[in-house]
Order: sequence, then C-alpha cells, then structure tokens
Amino acid sequence: MSNATVEAVEKSQLKADLPVIEVGDSVDVSVKIVEGSKERIQVFSGVVIAMTGQGISRSITVRRIVSNEGVERIFPLHSPRVAGIEVKRHGHVRRSKLYYLRDRVGKKRRLRDRRRGLGSLETTETTTEQAAPATTAPAKAD
Amino acid sequence: MPAFLIGKKIGMTRFFDETGKNIPVTVIQAGPCFVSQVKTSEKDGYDALQLAFDDVKARNSTQPVIGHDGKAGLGPKRHHREVRCTSQEVAGAELGKEVSVASFESVKFVDVVGTSKGKGFAGTMKRHNFKGMCASHGTERKHRSPGSIGGHATNRGFSGRPKKGKRMSGHLGDERVTVRSLEVVGRDAEKNLLIVKGPVPGSNQSLLMIKEAVRLYKTKAKVAKAS
Repeated sequence: MSNATVEAVEKSQLKADLPVIEVGDSVDVSVKIVEGSKERIQVFSGVVIAMTGQGISRSITVRRIVSNEGVERIFPLHSPRVAGIEVKRHGHVRRSKLYYLRDRVGKKRRLRDRRRGLGSLETTETTTEQAAPATTAPAKAD
Repeated sequence: MPAFLIGKKIGMTRFFDETGKNIPVTVIQAGPCFVSQVKTSEKDGYDALQLAFDDVKARNSTQPVIGHDGKAGLGPKRHHREVRCTSQEVAGAELGKEVSVASFESVKFVDVVGTSKGKGFAGTMKRHNFKGMCASHGTERKHRSPGSIGGHATNRGFSGRPKKGKRMSGHLGDERVTVRSLEVVGRDAEKNLLIVKGPVPGSNQSLLMIKEAVRLYKTKAKVAKAS
C-alpha cells in the first residue's frame, strides 16, 4: 500500500543513481561492513533470482555459489549499507522468480545471455520503480 | 499548553538511519490544529483548551459546529478535542491560534492515542492469547476452546459459578488504545507531518491524538538521557 504523502516522505531517501536491475542479471553488490570503527566494502556477486517491494522497500535476492554451497542474500536496494550495484550481464529468463535455480547443479545453473537489450547496461536517472517488469519478454524465435 | 495535537494516520514505511539500520516508521498527519475554545476554571470549573482539526465543508457540517467554530474565527472543523492546561497557560491562550508540528520541536518521545482496528467477536486464543487445546491426544472439536472456566465456590461454600472478570470470548478491537513513548524520527513543519518509530493503533486515515510522552519506558529513558 502506498500513498502520495508516504511516497513524498520516502523520496528523500531514495537513491537516484541505481542501475536498471532485472531478474536474471548477474550483479556485483558492494556492501558496506562496519567493524568497530573501521568501515570496508565487500563485494557479493551473483545472480538476481527475485525482486520484491516497491519504492524504498525494493529489494533483490542475489544467489551465488560459495565453496559448492548456495548462498542467498537479500539487499534492500535503497539501504545506505548497499554502497553500489553493478550489472555485469543480463540473463535470458522467462520468470519473475528464479527459485528453480536452487535445484540446479553444475553447468545447468547458468543462464543464457539475453539476446535483446544488451545495450541497456548504462545507468538511468530514474529509479528501478519505472523499470520494465521483472520478467523479460520472451525473445521470439528469430 | 502541553505539546498536544490531533492528527491522522497516513501509513507506514521504512526509514534508514545513518548507520544503515532499517527503522519501521508511521507517518502521521499532525495538525494543523486551531484553538476553538478556551475553558477557564471560573466559567467551566476547569482549565482547558479545545483544539479543532481537519476542515470540513459547511454543507457537510452542522449549524452548532459552524457557530461554535465561527466564534473562534474559524471555518467548521471535523474533530474537536480538549487538552487540560494550567491556569497560566489558559490565560495566555487566544482563540483561533494555530498549533502545529512546530510545537513538537524539542519533543523526542510521544504517546499516541487512537482507536484500534475492530476484529469482531473473537475467541480466547486471539483475544487473550490463550493456548487452546492439544492438536492430538484425543482432542476432538475443542482445539481452540478456552478449557474450564472454573466453578469457583464462594465463601459460603457453594454456588459454583465462574469468577467475575473471567476472560472469555467477545468483541475485540475498536477501542481506545494508547501507545506509549514512541520515538520521533522526523518532522516536517511544512507538510505538518510527524514520523514516529513503530506502529500506531487503527487503520490508515484514522484519528489520532499525539502528546508528549508522559512517562518513558526504562530503556527509552536511557536513550533520551544519552542524547
């Protein structure tokens, strides 16, 4: 549920420089980690298997394989702890939630590169709210 | 006068603090309120200010309300609430004066009064957090029942009837609820918004009364002292 006043309150906290992220993308998420007084940045790279929420609550689930064990982390995109997100590749997907990847082992885990829209890696000013729906349109057989 | 406002619940969202911590917050439309009546101990027997909130079209209002608010030089308002004051505060008050979020400038914690969402006729598990009965062990059709309500003998040694005030099924919600010591996360004087940490009673658009916290919980008192 959202409403104009609530959105206006959220607006000041929204990041303006987020790249367009879609489900199936391979991303590098830079996470700020605070250890005592020190602060450092750790990169978590993996595949976006789900996107949820709207506005300030928008978050992505990123899955990667660490020493043969699947690891998933959920990142609220507008959190200050997420220092930056870089989209590396667009995967070809036909679902909005890629939970089927959890059951896949080995090479089957990989997603085919998307044939269309490869040039859309540049960032836009608009937030991901206006981005296309998470499911990419199925590429018609050429 | 003590910090007091009438407001409306707008909705909930989240807020990230400077460390990146996620805080659930409620956005409240707080005021602007106007002093619609000044009550004095000489005339009314006690000292209080009546505040009015939320414009309403004259044709949707009633003549008594239009006349009452008109005396204070105001258009008709939807809600009126009284706040008790000291006699000095009442002496300094003037009719029609605006009271806004600005009066909460130095306030760190607030109490919010509202009407909770009505749940209808609810059983004891939902209403009083009873445990219910076993799922198995031969329990049949009694899984959510309260169990024995007791035949309490009186001092006379008989009259086996339930104790007075025994918690049972009944109407839940739709009652006045006060949520104490909510932290004020932000305020917007321009839009008359007050942003507090955590939930407040009632549905969105429901009427709220916001006042400075009377007595803080121990943990919050520590936070207030530290800051």
